[in-house]
Amino acid sequence: MNLSAARSNPGANIVLRAEGVWKSYDDGAIPVLKGVDFQALAGRSVALCGPSGCGKSTLLHLFGGLDTPDRGSVSVNGIEVNRHRNLLRLLRHEVGFVFQLHNLIPDLTLEENCLIPTVAAGVDRRTALARLHQLAGRTGLSHRLGHRIQKLSGGERQRTALCRALMNKPKILLADEPTGSLDEQSSGAVFDMLLDLVATEGVTLVMATHDRGLARRCDRLLEMHDGRIHEPAFA
Amino acid sequence: MIFLKLILTNLRRHRIRSLISVAGIAFSVAAMLTVVTILQGAIGMFSGILSSDSEIIVFERNVSDLFFSDVPAAAVDEIASWPMVSHADPVLFGIVSSADHPIITCFGVTGSDARIRKATWLEGDRNNFARHSDDVVLGQRAAEFLRAKLGDHVPIGHGIFHVIGILRTANGFEDGGVFMPLSSAQSFFHKQGSSSVITIKLRGKDDAEAFKSAVKARFASLIALEDAEFTRSYSQFKILKATAWAVGGCGLVLGGLGVANTMIMSVFTRIREIAILRVNGFSRLQIAAMIFGESAVVSLLGALLGLLTGTCFLVALKQVPALHGYVDVTIQPVVLLIVILLALLTGVAGALYPAAYAMRIRAVEALRFE
Repeated sequence: MNLSAARSNPGANIVLRAEGVWKSYDDGAIPVLKGVDFQALAGRSVALCGPSGCGKSTLLHLFGGLDTPDRGSVSVNGIEVNRHRNLLRLLRHEVGFVFQLHNLIPDLTLEENCLIPTVAAGVDRRTALARLHQLAGRTGLSHRLGHRIQKLSGGERQRTALCRALMNKPKILLADEPTGSLDEQSSGAVFDMLLDLVATEGVTLVMATHDRGLARRCDRLLEMHDGRIHEPAFA
Repeated sequence: MIFLKLILTNLRRHRIRSLISVAGIAFSVAAMLTVVTILQGAIGMFSGILSSDSEIIVFERNVSDLFFSDVPAAAVDEIASWPMVSHADPVLFGIVSSADHPIITCFGVTGSDARIRKATWLEGDRNNFARHSDDVVLGQRAAEFLRAKLGDHVPIGHGIFHVIGILRTANGFEDGGVFMPLSSAQSFFHKQGSSSVITIKLRGKDDAEAFKSAVKARFASLIALEDAEFTRSYSQFKILKATAWAVGGCGLVLGGLGVANTMIMSVFTRIREIAILRVNGFSRLQIAAMIFGESAVVSLLGALLGLLTGTCFLVALKQVPALHGYVDVTIQPVVLLIVILLALLTGVAGALYPAAYAMRIRAVEALRFE
């Protein structure tokens, strides 16, 4: 479903919305986002494509409450992120992040890394472990749970990061170049797994990527140029 | 469990740095424990002198040091005659020096004094005490450092004294002191007709309040305190205790600076990791708790190591012959508790700035941090 379809279907559940979002750095010297409007529907995947520095990552950070827009608003499930009374709830239960670099803690095991969001959210250990085993089974990591991150391959690390992001069953998964650090083969495998997981978990995926091949496999593909979003005719 | 592992992981990651911090706290704790215990022991010994077979001490009101207290002989005689008093022993304290020994404590006592009666006489006869004005009895350690034997004449202060006995006592001050007849001490220290204190043994312990009231009513210039009261209120003891804690406290401050340095480095080297935790839902408080937890582990390990080191040091000091009776290795539980609490507080204080810094880390900026 594309944006125009969403607009024509007011009953569709919009889980993420940005309206007139502006963002700049260095006190306005470096404008990054220039009035971005965006909507994402529940359970759908959206790819943001564009050259480096066009504002893809910045937009994802704003969606996840990691940063605040200079102007405009971002809302998750109808609640404005910037006025979200509890940003922690957003990070703990509503959004999950996957980055280009896996951003795992190297001294901890795969299992411990994945349990971090559950520790933060105060999920009881038994429930957390059950969820971990479920996700590890689906990502082919069950045999690696006790291994330290240094012992894992690049693909395994990124799959671990994916598991971690989904541990608390977020409604939105924000993925910033999730396969950017992997070779073509691993990249394809990890992306297959990503799409499979978001589909079965009913998670909304918003992904920033340079890889148009992967981007076309999402429900929507949006182009970003010069701090604005454009929906290409072919998407 | 994971939280604890996050705390310990960082300590393990920088083992040498962690060990140096632990050692810093340990040395501070050991220093504090040693100084405080030695001074507490010294205070205990001095109190022990006063409370030897007595439960109340009478001395001049408002004197800061018992060496300056002046209790007239008339008061001694009158108090000794009160029915509630079993016995009243006047003691005159004085300090003299002899060759090579700048401080020798002198006790002017009567022949019936508990210190003379109850000590173990190694040489000489206690019945001969106070027969001649130049007679002295030496504590065992005093005899050692004065190289004096029974029957010798030894120079003490401006006089020459005849050693008529050598006694042993568990109290370091007494063991390193010189006992002379009260009248001789009064003459020697130019305090004729007076003593420093009177130690009182009552017939019944319930008479203490009545006795204190009686002293207050009869002698406006004197004060009577029970031993425990005296130990609590004597200003010299207060000064000593305050000094001990201050010296130990300075050590802990230095240890705390070490912890602060370690924790600042710890935070700076894992800014990205803290950002990852924030992105995964860790609150600022959870981040701070992690930093404080890390410093608490360092402080606790340091405190335990310090207590062990300090105790070993005290035991070693106790074996030194020259310090016989001066070092009491008995560590009071309250001292133990205070030392551990102070070490933990130091750790927490050392982690305040690092924790505040960690709490302020913005994930979005830190994730760009390489």
